Amino acid sequence: MAKTAQIDVKDNDLLGALRDLFRAVLAQDAIQAILVPRRLPMKNGVMPTLITDPEQLDGADPLAPAFPINGAKVVSRLTRKASGGKVAAVMRPCEIRAFIELVKLNQGRTEDLVIIGVDCLGAYRNTDYTRWVGDDMDEATRKFVTGVLGGGGGAADGVDLAPACQVCEQPVPRGADIAVGLFGMDTDKRVLLEALTPAGEALSEGLRYKKADPPLPRRKEIDRLVAERTAARDTMFAETHEATDSLEKLTGYLANCVNCYNCRVACPVCYCRECVFVTDVFDHEPVQYLRWADQKGLIKMPTDTVFYHITRLAHMSTACVGCGQCSNACPNDIPVMELFRSIAHRTQLGFEYEAGRSLEEKPPLSEFREEEYPEVVGI
Amino acid sequence: MNDFEPAIVAFFCNWCTYTAADLAGTSRLAYPPNVKIIRVMCSGMVDPKYVIKAFLGGADGVLVSGCNPGDCHYINGNYKARRRIKLLKEILPQFGFEPRRLRLTWIAASDGVLLAETVQELVVQLKELGPSEAKLKMVI
Ligand code: SF4
Ligand code: SF4
Repeated sequence: MAKTAQIDVKDNDLLGALRDLFRAVLAQDAIQAILVPRRLPMKNGVMPTLITDPEQLDGADPLAPAFPINGAKVVSRLTRKASGGKVAAVMRPCEIRAFIELVKLNQGRTEDLVIIGVDCLGAYRNTDYTRWVGDDMDEATRKFVTGVLGGGGGAADGVDLAPACQVCEQPVPRGADIAVGLFGMDTDKRVLLEALTPAGEALSEGLRYKKADPPLPRRKEIDRLVAERTAARDTMFAETHEATDSLEKLTGYLANCVNCYNCRVACPVCYCRECVFVTDVFDHEPVQYLRWADQKGLIKMPTDTVFYHITRLAHMSTACVGCGQCSNACPNDIPVMELFRSIAHRTQLGFEYEAGRSLEEKPPLSEFREEEYPEVVGI
Repeated sequence: MNDFEPAIVAFFCNWCTYTAADLAGTSRLAYPPNVKIIRVMCSGMVDPKYVIKAFLGGADGVLVSGCNPGDCHYINGNYKARRRIKLLKEILPQFGFEPRRLRLTWIAASDGVLLAETVQELVVQLKELGPSEAKLKMVI
């Protein structure tokens, strides 16, 4: 089979065609299990599930606008050591990018993994999805998919894509082994299957779909979407920069932060096993608080809020993939994704690095050269 | 602004710059008392959060100083330090920090004169810049 093939969609049932694909993948001798977003049996929610029983794939729903967690963290758990079997993981592009960062930090392995990427249609905020979805989940996903692929955008019933998805300029899964193409396809009839790596080629050979070239409108549609999103992203960068370009503004931006550290827990690339901010390093002596208060007449409690956020940036801004889970997790609706992505964008430019771009490029803080960055040295 | 005396937090490597500071002292070379020197075993152990903390705590300048390229006691700690300073110089200015407040220098153990000149020059520059924002404003 060639590198690209076509999957026929029967009876306008796109989700059905994807479930058939997943069943075919799971039926391969080499694959022990498949990790895929699935509707939960007990409630109308969607979560990543690890499936070995092909019948359970009936509930698989990778197109629902639900993005409860960044799956890179789950795949990292699954692949940290050899499990004796191979897993296929259905992932969004930003999950793949985050996973690539984790692999480079030795927190995941690609050896026993096949990544199935799907063109990302975006997702709602967690709380929005739960409120929006209702009991007819088939209908909910169908309505969303038709809206996005029909050119009507992701908004439905007054709910819109999460801010991170609205500014995502990488909706096509580059780092996957095999990728399912939806953009620019006549998805009532067919979708594209692309093998992007040797592992992907080996897998798709066994699937026996018929060879086909990507249709011409696909490239155009992707270019259009990427241009639109890039423009939205740059506007977001400019607005965020304007809102945080002094320490005083930054403290205002973060004023509602309660140091719950949810943004760190939700972040797929905040890689420390134990965050220093929850260790006894930050169990300050009571007398210390009094001294600090005395210096300025007042301090906000809990302390170290800006310190936490800038330190987190020092750790993850070379690796931020813009997934928006930080904002998803914030109980106080602080637009942290906007802040982290904006800062990360410039940091990554500064190191000529792009998070999730390739497994080969080393993370900026894990290498160095003898002669470099002369501009940062000297008085 | 003339009576403004900048506070500088200085992280000096034990093997070179700290020794240079010692030498400057014993040779009675005058350098301004604005620096609060923290001796570290290597410039490569200056975690970015030490620098961030110093600034948020009101330091007007931070000086990290280690051995010349090729001379690191631990082979390459100074190269790591340079990457970290580069990282901080990407992040902090986005929040309005004047990049000149954060400096990295290489000063050998025998170079007491260079040490004294470096500190003098930094004090002059920081006086021009005035007090840091963190010193003047409430930081949460
Ligand atoms: S900082 Fe936010 S947007 Fe960036 S990778 Fe982490 S959770 Fe995703
Ligand atoms: S999730 Fe929100 S409130 Fe919690 S630490 Fe992060 S920014 Fe602060």
